[in-house]
Amino acid sequence: MKIFQIILEALDSLIANKMRSGLTMLGIVIGVAAVIAMMAIGAGVQNSITGQIEGIGTNLIFVSSGNQQQDVRNPKPLTLADADALADPLAAPSILAVAPSVGTNQEVSAGRESSRISVTGVTPAYANVANETIAEGEFISQEWLQGRSAVAVIGPDTAERLFGYSVGTIGETIRIAGTPYRVVGVLEAKGGSGFGSQDDRVLIPLTTAQSRLIQRNVRDSVDSIQVQAVNSESVAAATEEISQILRTRHHTEVGIDDFTLFSQDSILNIAQSITGILTVFLGGIAGISLLVGGIGIMNIMLVSVTERTREIGLRKAVGARKRDILVQFLTESMLLSLLGGLVGILLAVALAYGIGAIAAASGTPIDPSITLSAVLLATLFSMSVGLLFGIYPANRAANLQPVEALRYE
Amino acid sequence: MSEIVVNARDVTKVYKMGEFDVHALRGVSLDIARSEVVSIMGPSGSGKSTLMNVLGCLDRPTDGEYLLDGEKVENLSDDQLSSIRNRKVGFVFQSFNLLPRQTALTNVVLPLRYAGVNNQEAHERAMAALEKVGLGDRIKHRPNELSGGQQQRVAIARSLVNDPAVILADEPTGALDSKSGQEIMELLLKMNEEQGTTLIFVTHDPRIAAMTQRTIHLKDGLVEEDGL
Ligand SMILES: Nc1ncnc2c1ncn2[C@@H]1O[C@H](COP(=O)(O)OP(=O)(O)OP(=O)(O)O)[C@@H](O)[C@H]1O
Ligand SMILES: [Mg+2]
Repeated sequence: MKIFQIILEALDSLIANKMRSGLTMLGIVIGVAAVIAMMAIGAGVQNSITGQIEGIGTNLIFVSSGNQQQDVRNPKPLTLADADALADPLAAPSILAVAPSVGTNQEVSAGRESSRISVTGVTPAYANVANETIAEGEFISQEWLQGRSAVAVIGPDTAERLFGYSVGTIGETIRIAGTPYRVVGVLEAKGGSGFGSQDDRVLIPLTTAQSRLIQRNVRDSVDSIQVQAVNSESVAAATEEISQILRTRHHTEVGIDDFTLFSQDSILNIAQSITGILTVFLGGIAGISLLVGGIGIMNIMLVSVTERTREIGLRKAVGARKRDILVQFLTESMLLSLLGGLVGILLAVALAYGIGAIAAASGTPIDPSITLSAVLLATLFSMSVGLLFGIYPANRAANLQPVEALRYE
Repeated sequence: MSEIVVNARDVTKVYKMGEFDVHALRGVSLDIARSEVVSIMGPSGSGKSTLMNVLGCLDRPTDGEYLLDGEKVENLSDDQLSSIRNRKVGFVFQSFNLLPRQTALTNVVLPLRYAGVNNQEAHERAMAALEKVGLGDRIKHRPNELSGGQQQRVAIARSLVNDPAVILADEPTGALDSKSGQEIMELLLKMNEEQGTTLIFVTHDPRIAAMTQRTIHLKDGLVEEDGL
């Protein structure tokens, strides 16, 4: 028999039992939709986290004091002088820029509005290194840094929160821990979420922070230094240069550093592997529902074989071979699952964007991305589910003995 | 003597029923020539249907030899038996056994599809067969839109369409009233006359049996009398 005829006949028999076929398909529809939607959401989460990490800057290395792996006697804190040494292009040719910073959460107020907000002391280099752009006003300048000026650059969300609007706040006064600061700039919104909002923060000159706001035991000490490598290839070289310089300056024992380096790449890798696992996990759970759908197909096909025993007997009597009957029933089960799979893909698109919309509305935007490979995978998977779970019933039909099948009531 | 189509030697059929063996056929030998019309009679349980199943290659004999149209069938595989039935045998059942959702035409096309005949030729041959049984104007009807007699005519068309060596009919009139039963018998005999198809049928009705040249009486799985 021609493939076309076989498919037509299978469709015909599925249509003859619309309700039953529909309900059986539903199992596959839900399974496939769940798998694709979960994978899309997983990919969306991955993209959004990757985007946020990349939004911090490019080719960054984070330097912090102390050593998480081993005990170090008398770890020396990082200082402004360390940062200056790293910024020396002769000693460290792979380093493009260096941005030391200190930071805490402080009570920030304007008028009657008051709130605890992250306050960071930074140098002018911070703008480039941390990928911050100014929407209005200007960034912290060298003069303000040297003059230990009481000026602040605020994030757009902070402006919104303190003043109720984010435009036209230049020249206003905010109080940080009671001390007045003049707003000189507002940052461009970065969007995103996670790691504390990057749009709700206050930046002040590093020197101002050190002298007025954040008292540390060691003079000139900074919490962390962000180093930007010249390009992505020189990240490893830059890491090596940082280590060399800091070891010399801190007189560390051989093999025991009193500082920790963390490259943006490594954070990215960790984040990607975590979200990758998440995606597989979600997809796997959704896959179980596809499996259940497959069992539904098997169940219905078994019922169908039993119901049509006489038909099978008749077909065999007039010349159907085992293969003919096998193909007939396999086509039915595969059509069921394939059609279910196609509807499931449509449902998945709706589902993924629905969840994306809900996530966006609740302030954690995920952009679900349905990839062609996910769709192909789901189609293939649903067809194999139909094949796998159709084999047993179809085989049973094919092996019926014609005499017994014809006698069946 | 003319060519032998059905040649059975000492055919036995034993059904295993747990502890017991049921001897449905105890050694039946038969020769039926091409174009012969043979009726089989016998009391209930005498093995008529069992014999028909063996003759139609639906079932293998437990023992004995059987040649259908010159082909040995005792040791063939299931698929080879399917192929023989497809080429050499037409069945007419007491309960018609039509595919309920398919039209008369599709039902008649069915054997040709399994024979691998292309679509157009299959439809032409099926149409011709339906016209021969007088249903040329009912080809698009489904079984539930046809009377019992008409359904049996579709079944006869289906049994004819492959040009078989032999048509086997197990109580073809059993589910019909006497008038349409009579018509069906006349139709089968006409087909035999026109096309020379060998016809073997089981009946309980002596008047129908009287319409044939030869009647075989079975009893307890043995040929009691062969009206040769
Ligand atoms: N599948 C089977 N399993 C066991 N015994 C069987 C089977 N088929 C038939 N028999 C037995 O074989 C014997 C012959 O049965 P068969 O159906 O051939 O009789 P029959 O002559 O066609 O009877 P009827 O006129 O009632 O149709 C009976 O005793 C029956 O019980
Ligand atoms: Mg019988």
